[in-house]
Amino acid sequence: MSNRAIQNTLAVFKREFMAYFNSPVFYVIVVIFLLATNGFTFFFSRLLDSDDVSLATRFFVWHPWIYTVLAPAVGMRLWSEEHRLGTIELLMTMPVSPWQAIVGKFLAAAVIWLIGLALTFLIVGTVSYLGDPDSGPIISGYVASYLYAMACLAVTSAISAFTRSQVVCFIISVAFCLVIALIGDPGLTQTVVNAVPNGMEGIVRFISYFSFMDHFFEMTKGIFVLRDVLYFVSVIVVALLVTDLGLRSKRA
Amino acid sequence: MIQVKNLIKVFGTKVAVDDVSFSVEKGEVLGFLGPNGAGKSTTMRMVTGYFRPTSGSVNLCGIDMLEEPELAKQRLGYLPENAPLYSDMTVASFLGFCAELRGLHGAARTKAIDRVLDMCFLDSVRNQSVDTLSKGYRHRTCFAQSIIHDPDVLILDEPTDGLDPNQKHEVRSMIKRMGKDKAIIFSTHILEEVEAACSRAIIIDRGKVVADGTPESLKKLVPGANSLDEVFRSITKPDTAVKKAA
Repeated sequence: MSNRAIQNTLAVFKREFMAYFNSPVFYVIVVIFLLATNGFTFFFSRLLDSDDVSLATRFFVWHPWIYTVLAPAVGMRLWSEEHRLGTIELLMTMPVSPWQAIVGKFLAAAVIWLIGLALTFLIVGTVSYLGDPDSGPIISGYVASYLYAMACLAVTSAISAFTRSQVVCFIISVAFCLVIALIGDPGLTQTVVNAVPNGMEGIVRFISYFSFMDHFFEMTKGIFVLRDVLYFVSVIVVALLVTDLGLRSKRA
Repeated sequence: MIQVKNLIKVFGTKVAVDDVSFSVEKGEVLGFLGPNGAGKSTTMRMVTGYFRPTSGSVNLCGIDMLEEPELAKQRLGYLPENAPLYSDMTVASFLGFCAELRGLHGAARTKAIDRVLDMCFLDSVRNQSVDTLSKGYRHRTCFAQSIIHDPDVLILDEPTDGLDPNQKHEVRSMIKRMGKDKAIIFSTHILEEVEAACSRAIIIDRGKVVADGTPESLKKLVPGANSLDEVFRSITKPDTAVKKAA
């Protein structure tokens, strides 16, 4: 990447990042995220009543469901807002390549999410205070959780490139993230396998392999497998490619 | 400086721009006229590289827009229709963002912002949120953005839309002033504006160029016409006239 490309990406990143900070949506989402993660961990998983302080089964286990709703809420403004305000026309007639803009904007949302996730440190503190947890699973759990959020964000970015309505983008993104989470559910997969005729089982298992869930839980178990990391990274790359496609189709 | 050849844009089955060619040299101000929906904005969007033409070519300062879009866009300033702005920014931060995308950093950036704030009379609102500005100020902020890097080519889509008479006059004289060492295209519905600011005018109707010349020569196109207004009405066919003829 040339110097100019980095400067352009940074300029877009900076603008988008400040836009998050200047909007109440960011604060609302961070508060809801913290309430949800802490609430689920302490009240539903009853972290304090158990002898087992494994974060994987009591803390990270909730993250995919929280991200299914909250990542689209963060990402829905990325391109929808540009279409609605008409500023896309300004941005795309500046000497900026679509890729620099796409990456700059995605990074802004990604850093916002990093801040949100970092604010869950109290739970790690609680666990470390009460017991003596392995740091390995905690780190790989956080990496898995962050990658899951990034994948949902990238999907939202792709959908927002196609619509000028944030609401439409939000609903479709939530639906998409929900489906991609559900198809990996072992119970659900088994039900579908039982329902379909013989010989179709392979197809069902194949589809269920595309779910974020399997890859996520493998990682939260503390098994840091390159394969799962690559899976999430490739989901993100494909979603950003689709974002580019969406922007092109609007300008065609 | 601006060379447009055989530009065609088709949306689905509708031909929005049909084989438009023209060129604008340095020192020329080209007025773009035409009824609503004639293809003015679509043509401008292709010249600025926002829309991809179905066929045809756009060349700015010797750089092909389709082959080297980023390079060509560096030479260009553009005021889109309705003057879009990021509503969460202040005037100064918006201009700063645009300056950065234009490759202006540090002291050059500050200087460029101060220059356009001064030129467009925006000093009093420099730290005001774009959201709270009146239409005239919004328009001038977006206009300021288009000249922040002092471009060779300036494309303005209805630059005087929504301004009061004083502001209109100011923008017109600014265009005329800048026209001396730039190539400028601007579209308008107001025909006096063409006579006041343009060295040449093009009339577009239904995607085709129907007249091209100096404001004086356009007046001679229609015998007996005293004003551009009459010329405009007789050579562009309003939908009502077509109905009558049918």
